[in-house]
Amino acid sequence: MTPLILSRYTATTCLGHGLAPMAAALREAHGGLTRCAFETVDLDTWVGEISGVDGERLPASLREFNCRNNRLAQLALRQDGFDEAVRAAIARVGRRRFGLYLGTSTSGILETEIAYRHRDPLTGALPAELSYRGTHNTFSVAAFLRELLGVDGPTVVISTACSSSAKVFGAARRMIEAGVIDAALVGGVDSLCLTTLYGFHSLQLTSAGPCRPFAIDRDGISIGEGAAFAVLERPGPQSSSEAIALLGVGESSDAYHLSAPHPDGLGARLAMEAALSDAAVEPGQVDYLNLHGTATASNDRAESRAIVAVLGSAVPCSSTKGATGHTLGAAGAVEVVVCAIAIAQGFMPAGINTAVVDPELRVNYLTATRSVRPSRVLTNSFGFGGTNCSLVLGRLG
Amino acid sequence: MTALSAYIDGLSVIGPGLADWPAAEAVLAGRAAYAPDTTVLPAPLALPAAERRRTGPGTKLAIAAGLEAAGRAGLDARSLLSVFTSSGGDGDNCHAICETLATTDRQLSPTRFHNSVHNAPAGYWSIATGAMAASTALCAYDASFAAGLLEALAQVVVDRRAVLLIACDTGYPPPLQQKRPLADPFGAALVLAPQRGPRSRARLTAGLSDCGADSMPQAQLERLRLGTPAGRSLPLLALLARRASAAAHVEYLGTMSLRTEVEPC
Repeated sequence: MTPLILSRYTATTCLGHGLAPMAAALREAHGGLTRCAFETVDLDTWVGEISGVDGERLPASLREFNCRNNRLAQLALRQDGFDEAVRAAIARVGRRRFGLYLGTSTSGILETEIAYRHRDPLTGALPAELSYRGTHNTFSVAAFLRELLGVDGPTVVISTACSSSAKVFGAARRMIEAGVIDAALVGGVDSLCLTTLYGFHSLQLTSAGPCRPFAIDRDGISIGEGAAFAVLERPGPQSSSEAIALLGVGESSDAYHLSAPHPDGLGARLAMEAALSDAAVEPGQVDYLNLHGTATASNDRAESRAIVAVLGSAVPCSSTKGATGHTLGAAGAVEVVVCAIAIAQGFMPAGINTAVVDPELRVNYLTATRSVRPSRVLTNSFGFGGTNCSLVLGRLG
Repeated sequence: MTALSAYIDGLSVIGPGLADWPAAEAVLAGRAAYAPDTTVLPAPLALPAAERRRTGPGTKLAIAAGLEAAGRAGLDARSLLSVFTSSGGDGDNCHAICETLATTDRQLSPTRFHNSVHNAPAGYWSIATGAMAASTALCAYDASFAAGLLEALAQVVVDRRAVLLIACDTGYPPPLQQKRPLADPFGAALVLAPQRGPRSRARLTAGLSDCGADSMPQAQLERLRLGTPAGRSLPLLALLARRASAAAHVEYLGTMSLRTEVEPC
């Protein structure tokens, strides 16, 4: 593909609001997971909960959209001057030529989960104030940001579980390449809710402690929440060679099982190979790999087999989910921002919480931050339904 | 905007009183009267029995529509990129999860949980067909069909590969039904190809427009169009059924529509 630049980016996770706390935590190998005290949840697990989400106020005219997911979207958008950068980009390319491509898995379903506790005892009806369109529907976050930011171009939500906000980079890139738009706001927003906490628990996939990706004693995920955004556009004559660029996108399907990965990571392998080929980058040119690395026994094993097949065992890699938790539909975009920070600030983040790396996995897993600047990185995002997406990022230079 | 083009190689419609594309084609071309009836969802026989039992109505609809369209295009499903679009997931499944979470027990079924993802039909499709190609699952509320068509066209234009677009919507039971009333399940599938082939029916060109969406001239078909987001495909499907050289506006976001122009092959 022709490289596109991430002219601005930001992320908010349990590591903090905006880029600075995320960069500091990644460099210093600190995490943001805490014992779960979310809502009325009674599970023995740890989560990556973001502070200040419920204090975020939506504009009165957009009250229909008030839910945790949209409050998080607005909170994250305000960081690093990102909302102003988006408005400037819209003004620059024109409202119709600016697209909106967002990923989420559970949208504002938390509102409906709570509403089901308050049904009319006689009729069973849900409370009148529940807005399905504004909160529950998968498109809600995009409908909200269209109005908040004044976007008038093509807009869509991709909801492919945990690959959602990696795949938005592919969708926006195609629209730019096809000439439909000139720039896009891409990203992902997913927030804590009962469906995912109790759902992953029902599959016995949640850890009782902070998750330990690629560890010999890994025993499940820590669910997190997050919002991460980027402005994606063509590089211009003024673009710095240091600009962060999207160089390649690879997507595939497992065709194997709805909630378990192909044991040999066959789909993951196809996605990684397609991304490298799209970027015209050789496996030996990848300096750092940000793993999907959820910390379940089978996911990490399948991913490691795909890595060994495509890249070999030497490439430094880590999963940053030990720090942020697994932010599900936001994970793809959150980890794109992790990679952008790594490239821009010149280090490879450690995979925290992992004391002893599982030798069976045969990868070069970083348990300490490495002060080496990567110039070509690969990031993996896989999800339920056997959906896989790998992205190649690097300096434009 | 820049208009995007592709050839339409295969079609499917499954909806209330419409068993398949030939039935829908006859109604939309005006050769047969429309007789609304309950949508019949074919069993997904392509899936292994264990998986088949777990599928919801949206997945059954998507697999049946996808197989019909791929078959009519004369293409192996495994060779096709796929774009799934719908306004919501499995409504019965969502209701059951919310009910369970409102009890003190809160023990979810693992199958209910994995079926709750918006891309469940896409996942079952790839298991049923063995397709390992890229697949995506979109939502744009009532604009979901147009959003899916735009995505499928962009894939054809940029990746130069044939794409299967599957738009399906199934409803919710009460009490969510009152919040999001949808009519009987409706699904439409189109195979879009970069080059003209032996099965090409028409060349489609689409672009954003400020005109409002077209309605269907007949009241019952207009109800079908408005009954589900996937039903918003009807003005385009009617052009294809009539083998007309004409244009139709398909509902998109806000005041925008997608202007779709077809030229029969």
